[in-house]
Amino acid sequence: MKTLEELNQIAAQVRRDIVRMVSMAKSGHPGGSMSSADFLTALYGSVMQHDPATWTRDGKDQDVFILSAGHLTPVYYSILARMGYIPVEELATFRKFGTRLQGHPSVRRGLPGITQASGSLGQGLSAAAGIALGKRLDGDPHFTYVLCGDGESEEGQIWEAALFAAHHGLDNLIAMTDWNHQQIDGNVDNVAGQGDLEAKWKAFGWNTLVADGHDMAAILKAFADAQALRGSGKPVMILFNTDMGHGVDFMAGTHKWHGKAPSEEQCADAMTQIPETLGDF
Amino acid sequence: MKKYIDTGKKDTRSGFGAGLLEAGKADPRVVALTADLKGSLKMDAFAEAFPDRFIQCGIAEANMVGVAAGLAITGKIPFAGSFAEFITGRVYDQIRQEVAYGMTNVKLASSHAGITLGEDGATHQTMEDIALMRALPGMVVLAPCDYNQTKAATIAAAKYDGPVYLRFGRPSVPNFTPEDRPFEIGKAWVMNEGTDVSLIATGHLVWEALQAAEALEAEGISAEVINISTIKPLNEEAVLASALKTKAVVVAEEHGPAGGLGELVAGVLACKAPTPMAMVNGGDRFGQTGTPKELMAAYGLDAAHIAEAAKKLLHK
Repeated sequence: MKTLEELNQIAAQVRRDIVRMVSMAKSGHPGGSMSSADFLTALYGSVMQHDPATWTRDGKDQDVFILSAGHLTPVYYSILARMGYIPVEELATFRKFGTRLQGHPSVRRGLPGITQASGSLGQGLSAAAGIALGKRLDGDPHFTYVLCGDGESEEGQIWEAALFAAHHGLDNLIAMTDWNHQQIDGNVDNVAGQGDLEAKWKAFGWNTLVADGHDMAAILKAFADAQALRGSGKPVMILFNTDMGHGVDFMAGTHKWHGKAPSEEQCADAMTQIPETLGDF
Repeated sequence: MKKYIDTGKKDTRSGFGAGLLEAGKADPRVVALTADLKGSLKMDAFAEAFPDRFIQCGIAEANMVGVAAGLAITGKIPFAGSFAEFITGRVYDQIRQEVAYGMTNVKLASSHAGITLGEDGATHQTMEDIALMRALPGMVVLAPCDYNQTKAATIAAAKYDGPVYLRFGRPSVPNFTPEDRPFEIGKAWVMNEGTDVSLIATGHLVWEALQAAEALEAEGISAEVINISTIKPLNEEAVLASALKTKAVVVAEEHGPAGGLGELVAGVLACKAPTPMAMVNGGDRFGQTGTPKELMAAYGLDAAHIAEAAKKLLHK
């Protein structure tokens, strides 16, 4: 269990990693990685029961995390490195030929911490529901966590999975939405207005929580509340209110940094805005 | 020629249901999923025997494939079943990412394949599924020929560690292979030895090929009949050995011309032993409503068409 201060320090370093990885690779997805950096740091740092030393793909005797929004590899790989799954220096290989750090998560490269491939959107919630169901069949009390994007939730399969998880009463499944209101082509409401996402998840039979995704104390409370809903017979959706590109002024609040790499100059500018807390890779 | 007796027509999907039940009894990791087609997929006996291991997904095939992948990740052996079109074309990308690229031990149970599901018509009749599943790296593609072989193939699929596409059908077709013959993935079966022409068939068209061989024998043509119940990985040696012997090959399948067994065999022979060939398939067209028998004749898939193709190939 880490302190709020420790979690905030890790999150700051994760943000530096994200910007540097994408800048060095000259490609990748910084915007959503930055918006989900705080709650994913909290998840891996203080919430999930997991151990990099004994991690296996089948998730036995640990909590499982599935990244449904597979393009968020910068934040995913940085957190895996900062939590001890992979060497920190390996982050420099992101998106380079031959790397274990593929553009989108792969289970074919022997990368610890990756439970399922993702990238084609809308599919991870189904896989997570299958894992949660498998754990229930096995009497394994651990949780399955999954992260979806709000833009990703335009995929119909998300709502197939929503019906399924509620119907089967998967209260060992905790889903998160990075509710940053941006997607590639612009503001979510302008691209494919989703209306009241909170009301939609409630209507699909889920416990639905809303929290500030950039306030570490609020994030931890949301996860604790979600875990306390075990036994409710319903899965949990936490909608984290976030800003795309959070932490760097010129990246924040716009869709323009969904999948764009900062130049060397822009990267240097960003580095002046985020403190180096744990040492760069 | 070697005689095979039809011991009574049975639907191959019931062979799947029987195999699933047996696999479920043998291994508690076996689970079954369906998208509102429990009865059509003959999963009732499994669902009754193992209610906790039967997972109803409702009419949501994409989610079903993902759930199956998740279950496989936790160590289960999921059989996810629907009609052939809805467990391939409808969910191709889900299979590609969650099962094939994702390397999960999922078995795709594909019933009502081809046009012989009959009266439902073209929306439900896929003649493209073999092509789609063959195209996926690492996917094993099985198409057993009758009830007994479908049951055995289902048991073999459960024991195999990796993604499997298992294709079978709706109508009752002759049941003619031995009840106790184990299914070997990747092994072709020479069901009749011959010297003039090789009839290479898959699925229930193996029976049609055997009938064609009998008819050809009556006309003095010696036909070899090979049952390709594993389309991928193809038993290339068996195909090559037969082609080198007979120097004439007819491939028969209830599938379209693109990407099916015919093109697969043609590709192997073109590279390693160019051989005159003829293709018996449904053609580059969609299906339509009709009885299986009417459709088999109209789409040129029955024994008469196979024999005709062989004679034409041999200029007889």
